[in-house]
Amino acid sequence: MRNGKRWAAAASLLVTLAATGCSSAGGDGKVTLSYATWSDDQKPAMEAIAKAFEDKHPNIDVQVQVLPWPEYWSTLQVGAAGRTAPDAFWMLADQFPAYATGNQLLNITDAVKAAGVDLAAYPKAVLDLYDVDGKLFGLPKDFDTNGIWFNKALFDKAGVAYPNDSWTWDDARAAARKLTNPAAGVWGIAAPIDRQGGYYNSIYQAGGTVIGADGKAAVDSPEAISGLQFWTQMHADGLSPTLKQLSDTEAVQMFMDQKVAMYFSGSFWAQRLYGDQTLRPNVGVAPLPKAKQRATMISGILNAGYAGTKHPKELAEFLIFASGKDAAVIQAKSGAVLPAYQGAQQGWLDAMPEFNLKVFVDAVDYSVPLPIAGDAAKWTGLETQYLAPAWEGKRTAADAARAYNTAINEVLAQ
Amino acid sequence: MTTNIPNPPLRQRKRRRGGLLPSPGWGYLMIAPALIGLVALYVWPFLTTFGKSFMDVPAFGPGTFTGVDNYTELLGDGRFWQALRNSALYTAILLLGLPVAIVLAALIEQVGRGRAFYRILFFLPVVTLPVAISMVWRFIYNGDFGLLNYVLSMVGVPGQYWVADATFTIYAVGAVGIWMNLGINLIILGAGLQSIPQDLYEASSLDGAGRVRQFFRITLPLLSPSVFLVTVLTVISALQMFDLIFVMLRSVNNTALADSKTIVYLFYEKAFVEFDQGYGAAIAIVLLMVIMAATLVQFRLQRRWVFYD
Repeated sequence: MRNGKRWAAAASLLVTLAATGCSSAGGDGKVTLSYATWSDDQKPAMEAIAKAFEDKHPNIDVQVQVLPWPEYWSTLQVGAAGRTAPDAFWMLADQFPAYATGNQLLNITDAVKAAGVDLAAYPKAVLDLYDVDGKLFGLPKDFDTNGIWFNKALFDKAGVAYPNDSWTWDDARAAARKLTNPAAGVWGIAAPIDRQGGYYNSIYQAGGTVIGADGKAAVDSPEAISGLQFWTQMHADGLSPTLKQLSDTEAVQMFMDQKVAMYFSGSFWAQRLYGDQTLRPNVGVAPLPKAKQRATMISGILNAGYAGTKHPKELAEFLIFASGKDAAVIQAKSGAVLPAYQGAQQGWLDAMPEFNLKVFVDAVDYSVPLPIAGDAAKWTGLETQYLAPAWEGKRTAADAARAYNTAINEVLAQ
Repeated sequence: MTTNIPNPPLRQRKRRRGGLLPSPGWGYLMIAPALIGLVALYVWPFLTTFGKSFMDVPAFGPGTFTGVDNYTELLGDGRFWQALRNSALYTAILLLGLPVAIVLAALIEQVGRGRAFYRILFFLPVVTLPVAISMVWRFIYNGDFGLLNYVLSMVGVPGQYWVADATFTIYAVGAVGIWMNLGINLIILGAGLQSIPQDLYEASSLDGAGRVRQFFRITLPLLSPSVFLVTVLTVISALQMFDLIFVMLRSVNNTALADSKTIVYLFYEKAFVEFDQGYGAAIAIVLLMVIMAATLVQFRLQRRWVFYD
């Protein structure tokens, strides 16, 4: 018995040593906040923002962590479930509902009010994406809209007039046809299965919706089907690299290799396209073509905080700062992204004067929030499986749309 | 060997009984680091996974008990069966690589001085990051600019979209898998080859046996324990394959991915992308049972073909 006590005491000593070993750091009153992101491109800007915040709050140390995109969400989810998530992190609209309803996000409504932040400074469509009964779980960091990225050199070579804001779908199709030159290995357009930059936009341009007013999928409406056909027809006419080619080489890479003349996508490519010296003089930007109406998806990153943080007060201060005016100016200057804070956007336009980036800012006026409903990660994950046959011409767009619509509704009903 | 160790002197044995050494508790304390690691990293996760497989677990917060719902849903899910078929096909492809490894190992043993060089050459993929390997192979397999299609075009074979066309993906990934596993297999088989007594070869050549005959009559039977070990390890690791699919196929718009998922990829997707942890846990448990069954069958079958001297 006596021996038993002795080893128990030794064991408890061991545990105590281990425990104190872990928590000895951070005893000098300094608060450390971690800030997780997924973009290497934006790392310098994020570090500059952290630095600017630290200058104002000498007792707070902000550490920017860049997690690789393929692991970002699993790392965050496991971290949140295991109480080890970063304090601040970037959040996307399709992931947001799970975190908000799971009580994983820090409610900063009161802190925002106390700091006197004017919410009118942010695009309403982006705020709406992250709205839960009027509560604020973060503030918008940036936003993105879509336009036509086009290659002026390829347009000149084919003798086609550049896209402009009067363009309709027919103009886009006619131009793609003239620009396609199989002998030179050039296609008029890249037509991947792309929600945000591609077919969601055309569905709304045709007057359809992805999720109807009743909360159910509406991809099978005649308008939505015509929105899908805009893309499937490009493939049927051979005006785009095939899906297989676009699987091997991403659409943006095809555009950068000057193999496709038009790429409908987001403002977030600006920095990368601008960074390519040989490509830069050839790049042009125009608004997306219209059909029944003009439309573009709008989305944006939210600076959000972890509910389980050790320093909720300091974290709220940081989140407000990171989405505030000073931070927006830093972001805009770096050219990385279009800051959400109104008025700071001129800096972004000035950072890349050769590109007509105003198109993306103007697009806010006719923008539609990215459709989110239910378990969005789950049903968007089924997209390729149901839509690829239509893109590859093995099935009509209408059939594929109806099958996908049923699949979405099954997920939504769960 | 053990018989040669003399019995400990009597006095020493007496002292051990004399109680100068402490209670068994000390023994447990000594093995505690290993035991805690084992429990914390293997036993506990296994038990929680097993428990979760009977629950509906949301992304965050506690789950609710749903009985065998996850399992019945799993068995009725076409995507699960497809993933299982893909994993089985991948495993079969990797097993086809074993004869290659055996012949190569035998050839390397024949090499005199440069043996180490060849071993290193084949072992390099083993110590290289799978992600880096996958990136390189993605380039090799690229349908438009890939090295493979370029080489094929020189001999007049039409190129394919190896990792973008579901007809080829598992085979393409399987070829990479064989190449990645070759190094470790060669080490195990090489060690097995070196334990074969040389005099057997000398005796048989005196009896007029040629190289090929020696290989089938001496090398192969005496190597069979190593071959068995390599087979078991290959099946287990092949059934767990995830990283190659993850990196080689998970590009933005890879339309072949939907039809090329392996069982562990499906697990990842369910548990970490769709946040359906209960369903993911059920997949993990089924995978465990599949691996256990496959291993048991192999141990049963080994009596027929593995030769222990």
